[in-house]
Amino acid sequence: MSVLPTTRIYEGTRIPSPCPTILEIDPEQHALDDILSINFGPNHPSTHGVLRLIVDLDGEHIAGIRAVIGYLHTGFEKTMEHKTYWKAITYPERIDYLAFQSNELVFVLAIEKLLALETPEKAQWMRMCLAELNRIHSHLVWLGTSALEIGAISMFWYAFRERDMILDLFEMVTGVRMHTRYFQVGGLAEDIPEGFYAQARAAAKRMPKAVDEYEALLDNNKIWLERTKGIGLLSADDALALGQSGPMLRASGVDWDLRRATPYLHYEEVDFEVPVYPNGDVYDRYKVHMDEMRQSARIVTQCLDRLEALRGSAWISDNRKVVLPPREELHTSMESLIHHFKIVTEGFRVPEGEVYVAIESARGEQGCYLVSDGGPKPWRVHFRAPSFAALQATATCVRGTAIADMVAVAASLDPVMGDVDR
Amino acid sequence: MSEQSLQGTPGLVETNDQHGETTLVVDPARVVEASTYLRDDLRFNVLVDLTATDYLGWGAAGVAGYIGTPQGRDLNATGSQGFQAVPSARPKRFAVNYHLLRVADDPARLRVQAWLDDDESLASVVPVWPAADWYEREVFDMFGIVFDGHPNPVRILMPDDWEGHPLRKDYPIGGEPVRFSGEE
Repeated sequence: MSVLPTTRIYEGTRIPSPCPTILEIDPEQHALDDILSINFGPNHPSTHGVLRLIVDLDGEHIAGIRAVIGYLHTGFEKTMEHKTYWKAITYPERIDYLAFQSNELVFVLAIEKLLALETPEKAQWMRMCLAELNRIHSHLVWLGTSALEIGAISMFWYAFRERDMILDLFEMVTGVRMHTRYFQVGGLAEDIPEGFYAQARAAAKRMPKAVDEYEALLDNNKIWLERTKGIGLLSADDALALGQSGPMLRASGVDWDLRRATPYLHYEEVDFEVPVYPNGDVYDRYKVHMDEMRQSARIVTQCLDRLEALRGSAWISDNRKVVLPPREELHTSMESLIHHFKIVTEGFRVPEGEVYVAIESARGEQGCYLVSDGGPKPWRVHFRAPSFAALQATATCVRGTAIADMVAVAASLDPVMGDVDR
Repeated sequence: MSEQSLQGTPGLVETNDQHGETTLVVDPARVVEASTYLRDDLRFNVLVDLTATDYLGWGAAGVAGYIGTPQGRDLNATGSQGFQAVPSARPKRFAVNYHLLRVADDPARLRVQAWLDDDESLASVVPVWPAADWYEREVFDMFGIVFDGHPNPVRILMPDDWEGHPLRKDYPIGGEPVRFSGEE
């Protein structure tokens, strides 16, 4: 980990005080009547969901800002306390609905950590493969919608073309395009279909070229450059103080990626680079996303090499106290039938304890804090949402920008409101 | 992170290691002091997460049955043969957990835990880590735990006029009144 030496984004700190998430204006200035307070959202197409921003405008410039969230609060954490672990796996995916497999993965990893359960090699490599495809998927949606908001409308169609290609892969493996519920405690829900390898390889080969195309569309576009360069500044120190992670940190010059710093699954065995950019502006966040898509495609190819060598091996643990018995055994084995019945109706029990597991999702550190009382339902589940942390930086980032830039800045934070409000 | 330096944390009550994770239980009255020490002397520069757990009713209904382990059913574990096992007791009702991360060449994670009863409050760590702002508001909103000195102590996810704190164990699912259209 290092902070790029060229990092000179601004001197000192820009975090508002005393409240780090509210940029307040002097009441006297407000009384002078040249401040216009406007309400931006919660239903506005460029808020990536339902985010409300209360903005005090001094002419075109932002003098004060306050983010109001909670419009998409669904009570996932409360609901999950009332479901068995087996049934609860479907919920985390719906929290961050763009990086669904990351949420699913972190929850499954937390349960496995409490159970001290080993998973087969094939399952681990497949989890990595899908997590990286999912990262590309999430970045493509980010790229398409963010560019759309700044006015580069055609970008949206190109990004969604490749996104569809990846969703086709998810459909082939899991049967559904989004919210796949493919990761099971102990491994995967199903074996990998034979056609997946070739099609995923083609997608991984296609991606770097597609990213080149996107860059050709945007990097030579004068309007795009002027709307993104030097806008939404966030220094490395401020980013750390505000608890930022993922692309936000890397665009502010902090060389930090959980896949490399604290490797999980088999990330220490694959080659990839962590893109870091020094300027902490919207443009650098865009560059980080672009480079990450290229690197993810590289990881996918390496995962496929391993997976092809593991053809025919087990995809789920054989610990029958946790894992459902194979369907065909139910007709011939009484014990299998009992296990199946017990696991589905009562759920498997997870030993007492508390764990915090963190992985690098598409938007940063996705954490899961899980407490078990030894029973079949989680006592408490909490998701550390990277978007929630990112939105806290809104006031710092939009400081001194114009109202039109605010849209570009808010988009660059890559918030998914489902993830923020949970 | 040497054992020695963790022992120097102000207000330390106990440390425990579980599943490869270190938890420091600290005196709730000295949370800010402990946070400042951990940030400045032990370089835990990022507060990644702050959340609470409500232990009301913890262990009231014992658990029995199959305990999944890598070896299958653990016959020696209490509760695995039909007798009820009760999870180990917790000192107070609420645990507030601060998950810290050291973003450096020697990455480390740490959980700082403070135990509170229903009517007790905790000092805000926003002056130490600005990132705590929304997290503390969320814990207040969901559990009703008050953070003294928070610059903006209002609800964050639920509406401002909401009654009750949803993640408390005595707040049931379906506990909110449903308003039907056309109803007086």
